[in-house]
Amino acid sequence: MKKIASVAAASALALGVSAGAQASETLDSVKSKGFVQCGVSTGLPGFSNPDDKGNWQGMDVDVCRAVAAAVLGDASKVKYIPLTAKERFTALQSGEIDVLSRNTTWTQTRDTQLGLNFAGVNYYDGQGFMVSKNLGVKSALELDGAAVCIQSGTTTELNLSDYFREHKMSFTPVVFDTSDQTVKGFEAGRCDVLTSDQSQLYALRIKLADPGSAMVLPEVISKEPLGPVVRQGDDLWFNIVKWSLNAMITGEELGVTSGNIDSMKDSSNPNIRRFVGLEGPKGQGLELPDDWAYQIVKQVGSYGEVFERNVGEGSPLKISRGVNALWNKGGFLYAPPMR
Amino acid sequence: MIVNDQKLPDLPPPASTTGVVGWLRTNLFSTPFYTLLTLVTLYVLYVTLVPAIQWAFIDADWLGDSRDACTSGGACWVFITARLDQFLYGFYPESEHWRVNTLYLMLVILIGALVWEKTPKKGWIAAFTLIIFPVIAYFLLVGGSFGLEHVETHKWGGLMLTLVLACVGIVASLPFGILLALGRRSHMPVVKSFCTVFIEVWRGVPLITVLFMASVMLPLFVSAEIEFDKLLRALIGITLFQSAYMAEVIRGGLQAIPKGQYEAADALGLSYWKKMGLIILPQALKIMIPGIVNTFIALFKDTSLVLIIGLFDLLAIVQAALADPKWLGYSVEGYVFVAFAFWVFCFGMSRYSQHLERKLHTGHGAR
Repeated sequence: MKKIASVAAASALALGVSAGAQASETLDSVKSKGFVQCGVSTGLPGFSNPDDKGNWQGMDVDVCRAVAAAVLGDASKVKYIPLTAKERFTALQSGEIDVLSRNTTWTQTRDTQLGLNFAGVNYYDGQGFMVSKNLGVKSALELDGAAVCIQSGTTTELNLSDYFREHKMSFTPVVFDTSDQTVKGFEAGRCDVLTSDQSQLYALRIKLADPGSAMVLPEVISKEPLGPVVRQGDDLWFNIVKWSLNAMITGEELGVTSGNIDSMKDSSNPNIRRFVGLEGPKGQGLELPDDWAYQIVKQVGSYGEVFERNVGEGSPLKISRGVNALWNKGGFLYAPPMR
Repeated sequence: MIVNDQKLPDLPPPASTTGVVGWLRTNLFSTPFYTLLTLVTLYVLYVTLVPAIQWAFIDADWLGDSRDACTSGGACWVFITARLDQFLYGFYPESEHWRVNTLYLMLVILIGALVWEKTPKKGWIAAFTLIIFPVIAYFLLVGGSFGLEHVETHKWGGLMLTLVLACVGIVASLPFGILLALGRRSHMPVVKSFCTVFIEVWRGVPLITVLFMASVMLPLFVSAEIEFDKLLRALIGITLFQSAYMAEVIRGGLQAIPKGQYEAADALGLSYWKKMGLIILPQALKIMIPGIVNTFIALFKDTSLVLIIGLFDLLAIVQAALADPKWLGYSVEGYVFVAFAFWVFCFGMSRYSQHLERKLHTGHGAR
């Protein structure tokens, strides 16, 4: 596997270098094709999944839509390419997709060795624990000696043993192949605790016969910043994706939403006037229309709206904002000023 | 003295050996050991079947459009009915569903006509099914000509994609397989070694590797400008892979034909192709039916492997639907539905092959 990865990386590097020769190759091809090719997951609750009508929806999908709204002025002009975890980087390296927005953790190796660039973070995830409420546990530090349900072959397993070793606790791993089996094991009492990325824990909780009987503990034991990825060497396209994400976050900070942005256009607030493209840098430097940020919020929504709709209170998952709140509300989200 | 010179009528057999009771006694309760086995089996059936039927039918919910409709505690078939369109057509545009429906209908009629004994001109219908129908199917599904809207293959999915993969694999792998098998038995060194190497290479790698190569590695080797359709890549991979298997099944059949048949054909002065086409293959294909259908059934089920390269066949699209936050937790219903759909097709193929075997049985060979 490692060998394949390095072969892939090497060939990708070769491709990446040739792609870097023209500064905005990706932008040109997106404009001429008339749609953004976006790599998404084959099905991850709240992040990317097809709805009843076959339309893609989710946090990751909305990043694709934001890029399409900014570049083409129409959020629906996206061609979704569902990818499995193994083929996602190749698809980007080989030019099959323009943006990879597929629940991908930003790590040093991926950022530096695969010929890719992470354009930001659209969800700060991390590994957490879910326990049955009648266990009476309020913190992960009380879990000494617990039986823990894990999905095999993921970094989850390594993080878990690191955490327990660090706190001098012991645990018995109960390993399953798929998330469905993990839930069934947890429900059948094969383990006291279920561990997975927090965003997934909420999805797993819905699968329980009685979701109210389980709770997610506050501890987060690993860092999993998830974000969109682009090819290295096309800086203009990198900037476009980066600022599309920033515009969603800035939009929430300024209090604009898809519902009120039209009335906000007349606002005297200079930040908002810059945001909707009446003043300031507008689309310069990104080679985009002046109203690119307006189009993102109008058609896709601000980060807050996107979060609530897909994973927050407006969705069955009901994930709290937590660290994914704005910087001035106790979270990590901080977009550089748009001026 | 009364002498009865009439034959007494036969008495009916004892009640305990006829009818339901007799059948039960001879088959289920003949010895204490069988009685015990019967009782245990009945108990196991009771324990497993009753809750299963209760879950799947009696307590099940069938109608509605959201999970709120599932209140009775049994199976929530609403999940299937609400998403049935997606499971049947994938992401195919709704206004174009009639194109897929037309093909489903044509396929059913053609296969029905071929299976029914008394259909006239079966040869022509078979030729139409194998040669013209795929062309019609291609133009209808892909579109882009005759005023039909072009539908890209990444929108294909569900049962339709499964059938496309299976039909193309089955229809294409049989002729390739025959050619490869003949080639491997040929006396021409180049043809023979080419076929042998081809078969051994493709048979020596798992299908999953072939699909991975096609979807992950191939794009890295060709330039980015060449759009090489993902579905096409998978189809080529599956066809080549299955041809190798098919070739070995057919070679087995060819070797089972007695040498005398070959010699008799030669003695009649038939050319190679006439010998094969008129004498050897008709006999060989007949005895190979179980093997060939076995390969077809395996292929049909193997099509679900394409989910690892991000194609949404029936299994993959159900899994994707299970990831919808609105429908989390109905995986059992989803998988039962997929298993049932696969079973219907595989069982159908198996029954048809048994029917063919009986029909083609000419009384030759060992019994």
